Amino acid sequence: MKLTVWTYEGPPHVGAMRVATAMKGLHYVLHAPQGDTYADLLFTMIERRNHRPPVTYTTFQARDLGTDTASLFKTSCQDAVDRFKPEAIIVGASCTAELIQDDPAGLSEIMGLTIPVIPLELPSYSRKENFGADETFYQIVKALSKPQERTARLTCNILGPTALGFRARDDVEEITGLLSDLGVDVNVVAPLGATPSDIARLPAAHFNVLLSPETGEAAARWLEKNHNQPFTKIVPIGVGATRDFIAEIGTITGQKMKIDESRLRMPWWSRSVDSTYLTGKRVFIFGDGTHVAAHARIARDEMGFEVVGIGCYNREMARPVRALAKSYGLEALITDDYLEVEAAIAALSPEMILGTQMERHIGKRLGIPCAVISAPVHVQDFPARYSPQVGFEGANVIFDTLIHPLVMGLEEHLLTMFRDDFEFHDDAGASHHGGKAKAKVEAVIEEPAAPTDDNIIWLSDAEKELKKIPFFVRGKARRNTETYAAEKGLNQISLDTLYEAKAHYAR
Amino acid sequence: MNALTPSNGGCRTAPVLKERGQREVFCGLTGIIWLHRKMQDAFFLVVGSRTCAHLLQSAAGVMIFAEPRFGTAILEETDLAGMKDAQVEIDREVARLLERRPDIRQLFLVGSCPSEVIKIDLAKAAERLSQIHAPHVRVLNYSGSGIETTFTEGEDACLACMVPVLKTTEARELLVVGALPDVVEDQMLSLLADMGVGPVRLLPARRIDDTTAVGPNTVFALVQPFLGETHAALQRRGARHLAAPFPFGDEGTTAWLRAIATEFGVSDATFDAVTAAPRARAQKAIAQAAEVLRGKSVFFFPDSQLEIPLARFLTRECGMTAIEVGSPYIHDALHGPDLDLLPAGPQISEGQDVDKQLDRARAARPDLTICGLGLANPLEAEGLSTKWAIELVFTPVHFYEQAGDLAGLFSRPLRRKAVLHLEAAE
Repeated sequence: MKLTVWTYEGPPHVGAMRVATAMKGLHYVLHAPQGDTYADLLFTMIERRNHRPPVTYTTFQARDLGTDTASLFKTSCQDAVDRFKPEAIIVGASCTAELIQDDPAGLSEIMGLTIPVIPLELPSYSRKENFGADETFYQIVKALSKPQERTARLTCNILGPTALGFRARDDVEEITGLLSDLGVDVNVVAPLGATPSDIARLPAAHFNVLLSPETGEAAARWLEKNHNQPFTKIVPIGVGATRDFIAEIGTITGQKMKIDESRLRMPWWSRSVDSTYLTGKRVFIFGDGTHVAAHARIARDEMGFEVVGIGCYNREMARPVRALAKSYGLEALITDDYLEVEAAIAALSPEMILGTQMERHIGKRLGIPCAVISAPVHVQDFPARYSPQVGFEGANVIFDTLIHPLVMGLEEHLLTMFRDDFEFHDDAGASHHGGKAKAKVEAVIEEPAAPTDDNIIWLSDAEKELKKIPFFVRGKARRNTETYAAEKGLNQISLDTLYEAKAHYAR
Repeated sequence: MNALTPSNGGCRTAPVLKERGQREVFCGLTGIIWLHRKMQDAFFLVVGSRTCAHLLQSAAGVMIFAEPRFGTAILEETDLAGMKDAQVEIDREVARLLERRPDIRQLFLVGSCPSEVIKIDLAKAAERLSQIHAPHVRVLNYSGSGIETTFTEGEDACLACMVPVLKTTEARELLVVGALPDVVEDQMLSLLADMGVGPVRLLPARRIDDTTAVGPNTVFALVQPFLGETHAALQRRGARHLAAPFPFGDEGTTAWLRAIATEFGVSDATFDAVTAAPRARAQKAIAQAAEVLRGKSVFFFPDSQLEIPLARFLTRECGMTAIEVGSPYIHDALHGPDLDLLPAGPQISEGQDVDKQLDRARAARPDLTICGLGLANPLEAEGLSTKWAIELVFTPVHFYEQAGDLAGLFSRPLRRKAVLHLEAAE
């Protein structure tokens, strides 16, 4: 047993729902107790879908357990096929049904259905949502795709985007446009928007674009092995990654790739002088492995930030994220325990977090700005506007996303210069954010400040001076000063220590 | 039969359509979302799966990130294979939790579908842990599992598990049962105090206390219509139930208070003096919202067991016509007084087969459909106006001062539909 308060991922059958809900003409018969229908609202409320997920829940109750839950499954399955007339069904069990061992796979097999029935084995007590989506999509592809000739024109499939994916809707549109500019047509996008008969056509494409490794990699590998379709390894999130992705397509297709970059504004936005203030901002990056890897590169190479922490919650990505962190001189934090993530962020006191909705809450609590870059998703992550992450427009969008939480350019300097102004002060926060400006509250520091470390004490003059430093750099100043004092073997921090440390760390 | 009985008879003896099939409802764990806010010294520890944790996180629509007083001890493969002793595991997690949260005075071990299926004995665990952590912490257990409880039945199971440990009293006291928002509870206590009814005890109390007691001279009133098990548990302790319509709207609140006033011998003059002003305010507030609702039809999908009292309110006080009133369960002892008042006509249904019920709703094309979060947007996309039922449980809606807000919850979707103009001007 492990005590959990908030989770980054749901159970694996929710991953299967993400695939089923993304597709058309597919139905999911889920052996599950009353209450598991809560998962419908993830799609109808968070993603604002206008259809119920194509899922039939058998809804067994305690009184059914001693009797015949198996026939309840068969009835539900037959009713679903009769009512919804899907081209194919997937069948499986949620965590409780797994325990009663009714074997939905075997039961549905003997029902004599005329449509393909794809059984799922998703271990609820050891795996999670991303695995569930990846495995489900793989099983569907394995069961339905048919050997066939390649298309006459150069085509690819886009693999991985699911329902409830982080910006999946817009990423598909953006990458489809990018591929079209490169002279590559899209054969099938799957699972998002695909029917079972579209899945059958997957092997007609010349290669696969793996847009979301978390949910599409098993299928991509299987297609590579069985249908000789190479797949892209680079996810085009960020300017450099997009350019590398284009080069990768050139290698796969053996054709020279030419692209019009006139819509790409991000590099100039980053070079322009107003962005100077971004230099060396200390950022902590946490999310799913794919988005974290992409943002580590964006943060360091394209925004000029200093990456001080890297981690992911999906263990499937632990190995590449560990290697990546090492190349940044860091040790990766691989955990799905948000308390651990919070502790790591508190200890590092970064100036900004690039994270998920969970880190947004952590940032709120610790007073650190946060930009959301990865699932798990929230209703805010389904904006009405076009807001992709991949490709050139994605790079533009990400630039805006990353600077929005920060206090910008000259405002930062003004806050530093006039930090004692009664309106224009620390606690007022960034002027482009909502909320009423707070009047300055004069803190009266009488008692000697409490020791912040086991050994180091801030003297009251130094503590007062620290409070005058704008809020968005105060954490760094405190940390640097304490590190400096520790290195010098000091157990008290005076005004002089503060400024000596400032000179020491000047850059 | 009394002055309030509808001229065409009520619905108490109307035939009930009983359905059994896919249910689009939450399980009882969901109650933790409001119970942990109501009982400020309680922690709810679910022994369950990742699905349980994910439900709790998702059900409220948002994450309530203020350090929640609930959590899930997620069962892992080693727990299922019997490689680890569940009782030892629970002891360890509880010890760790109580060490971190010294403010916790009552701990609820909450059973889930998986813990029930593999038969983890939480009663035994609660008993042992109570001994270990007494007197500082009281440990109780109940099941919020989907195989046994539907949505609000989780609160019922929680309150019912507290009844056997309430102290015994011989005093003649009024016990009011059901979790209410604090502000509403205060209004209710003030109305009862003004009538001279007292002492009034509450279940659940905001904090663990010794004043909530029960005995043969206790009479109890329910403020929530989903407390069937708690009702039975209190009767087993010798307490007597004051049957009444539930305190929604002017009429329901007045009838509910009247039942108590009659029991405690409050004079008509006193009753009228105490209730006249808030009644007038409630009537005025309801009238405003009712302008939009009058003459419109309403269809209830089963959700919280609030459906029958709310249908009574909407038909009698807001001028709506009920087409179908679905409730997950109907208990005559609890819902009878409201069914008596609900004008005959609507189909009363119990349980659910969601696809069939959706077919009926589509055929009836009601002006307003009350349903769960999973159904609301899909029905809106089909052109039906909907009200999410969960908001009725999460919003202060009881008693006079909230009667207008209650009507407003139903009128807002219709008003919104009327104000939105998204077509071209031509």
